[in-house]
Amino acid sequence: MSQKTEKLIDKKGLRLDGRKPDELRPIKIEVGVLSNADGSAYIEHGKNKILAAVFGPKELHPKHLALPDRMVLRCRYHMAPFSVQERKSPAPSRREIELSKVIRESLEPSIFLEYYPRTGIDVFVEVLQADGGTRCASITAASLALADAGIPMRDLVVACAAGKVDDTIVLDLMDTEDKMGTADVPAALMPNLNAITLLQMDGILTLEEFEKALNLTLEGCRKIYAMQKEALRAKYVSVKEVEE
Amino acid sequence: MASVITRVKQKQIVQLIAKGKRLDGRGLMDYREIKVEQGIIERAEGSARVLLGRTEVLVGIKIEIGQPFSDTPNEGVLTVNTELVPLASSTFEPGPPDENSIEIARVVDRGIRESKAIDLEKLCIEPGKKVFIVFVDVYVLNHDGNLIDASALAALAALLNTKMSNYEIKEGEVKIKPGHTPLPIRRHPITVTFAKINDKLVVDPWLEEEQIMDARLSMAIDDDGNICAIQKGGSGYFAPEQVLEVAKIAREKAEEMHKKLEL
Amino acid sequence: MPTFFEGRQLVIPGDLIAEGEYIAGENAYAEGNKIYASRIGMVEYENKKVNVVALRAFYIPRVEDMVIGTIVEVGFNGWIVDINAPYEALLRASDVLSRPFKPQKDELSQVLEIGDLVVAKIVAYDRSHNPQLAVDEPGLGKITRGQIVKITPTKIPRLIGRKGSMISMIKQETGCQIILGLNGVVLITGKNLEDEELAIMAIHKIEEESHTSGLTDRVAQMLKEEKVKREEIKNESEN
Repeated sequence: MSQKTEKLIDKKGLRLDGRKPDELRPIKIEVGVLSNADGSAYIEHGKNKILAAVFGPKELHPKHLALPDRMVLRCRYHMAPFSVQERKSPAPSRREIELSKVIRESLEPSIFLEYYPRTGIDVFVEVLQADGGTRCASITAASLALADAGIPMRDLVVACAAGKVDDTIVLDLMDTEDKMGTADVPAALMPNLNAITLLQMDGILTLEEFEKALNLTLEGCRKIYAMQKEALRAKYVSVKEVEE
Repeated sequence: MASVITRVKQKQIVQLIAKGKRLDGRGLMDYREIKVEQGIIERAEGSARVLLGRTEVLVGIKIEIGQPFSDTPNEGVLTVNTELVPLASSTFEPGPPDENSIEIARVVDRGIRESKAIDLEKLCIEPGKKVFIVFVDVYVLNHDGNLIDASALAALAALLNTKMSNYEIKEGEVKIKPGHTPLPIRRHPITVTFAKINDKLVVDPWLEEEQIMDARLSMAIDDDGNICAIQKGGSGYFAPEQVLEVAKIAREKAEEMHKKLEL
Repeated sequence: MPTFFEGRQLVIPGDLIAEGEYIAGENAYAEGNKIYASRIGMVEYENKKVNVVALRAFYIPRVEDMVIGTIVEVGFNGWIVDINAPYEALLRASDVLSRPFKPQKDELSQVLEIGDLVVAKIVAYDRSHNPQLAVDEPGLGKITRGQIVKITPTKIPRLIGRKGSMISMIKQETGCQIILGLNGVVLITGKNLEDEELAIMAIHKIEEESHTSGLTDRVAQMLKEEKVKREEIKNESEN
């Protein structure tokens, strides 16, 4: 654990970057940014810069990877060597492998997998710059990339994290807060169906604290969902505005 | 209908080239539109993004302190790595770098190293013990042909954007001081790639031209018109006259590029 | 029986469109008595049926559809064709040769090779089998000239226009022959490259603005202006 020599929340209740405990970092989203992928999205969440792409549905080769009654979803979460403070080797780390799995499992419930048996969808996430909360931002972008690829879905998936720093429950931890705080709770949500598709915790919380953190992160998810919608509309409505 | 190019299109490309034109309207010796943006990954010591037509390459530079190579104890270390990430093309598979990825990395490295673009001696901290290591990570984000030129250009732009922390040596330890110094760059190598299609030469092949070309030839040119790297790729061949023609045109193109990009 | 979106409004996956006695149509699904969108698109009400005309979707094969595809593999007794769908299609040799196929005698790659373009019809398709193609009708078979454009398949009707008005206009203005594959692949054959490019420009504009109105007139306008521009450039270079 770390020595708390630096206060993460000051006397006015503001965090290191000036945010209030329930404030999100600035978010910018763009859909349809890659020409080769079937669907794509780019997100800047605080200092995170993440690119998500979708290929498929397509037949899987070798054929034994396919399932007879549904689509297979494959997901790869990967960080660029220059995305973190100390250069990271491009080879997948154990953390990247775990995150690839939980991200896949956060997106699966949203897709009508049974519509196209024997096919597969590949989701690729590349973190170009990281500052805490990359798995959440990755899910938010990947879900948009799936919609951009025309994959039939029950709902979008949106993700956000809350945690505890200096005895306060805060929303949307950045890297320093994550490293020096005492708990981190990332969650992913299908907002219209009110279904949680990713939930993890790192750290220690009482039941009351956990409930507070969970509600705070779900609230954060809904705010980010509005931005996802905006990004999708911006792509299709802008043409109409130009003409009028 | 991703990787197979139709015969009809193949014929069209070849017929047009015979008339001195290309399918996207370019002349045989024209580059696609080039856009260079520097400093987009603030966390990295340097970075740049290049758009060459629809080919998109991002380069991030990280600087660390480590040991020099034993045969060059007074020089910093340059290391170039390329990732052909799967989202850039349905033909890229996840996994360790394959021969294409390694070739691009080594050709980009050669252009920078042989032109002595970076003053590696200035990166020495303690001879034989501590030097700066410059990691150049080439990240291909969208593959639409000519990854070599786009990667080399992005690498150069990223190096020009790179700032190193100031330091001092106290009690044998390297201590970081406030302030930054730009990476000492003294040459600006530009790589120009040609494809041979039906015995005709074209500059900056895009993806479909690459799929039907016989072979390609890349040359890195420095600020004085010297050739500092050459790489022939593909399973076809070039006649000696063609090689010399390529060298001549590569030098012209590199000079154009130097002026245009103010490098 | 409330509806939360009107016709021609944009919806995204998960948007609750209507509640009550409605049926889920295209690109929509029902959960209890609630109808949600499953793809990005424009709402369309057909009495009690709630459809979403998708702005982004891939092609799902249907029997009887005419499609344009590329040969990607020469197999043992037929060819594998990429029809821009999640499933590869099969074209059996016997369906092409119009006589019994003799494996020892017939060299398949001499009939159709990798990279050849074909116009074909889907004759069979179900959940457990890949789509099967046939080329045994007039107008089907190997394509030897022209350019291919791919658009989202759901926009093909827009490209056709009401009573064919849009596609006839484009054919007239550009002098090109246009074959529309229902799998979103369009074949354009003109007298020269420039004419084909005009048609491609029109098709791209239609794809971008398919959800707006007055499109036929705007596309016709754009083509006329473009032709004038090209005339001027030609005259300038001749002087």
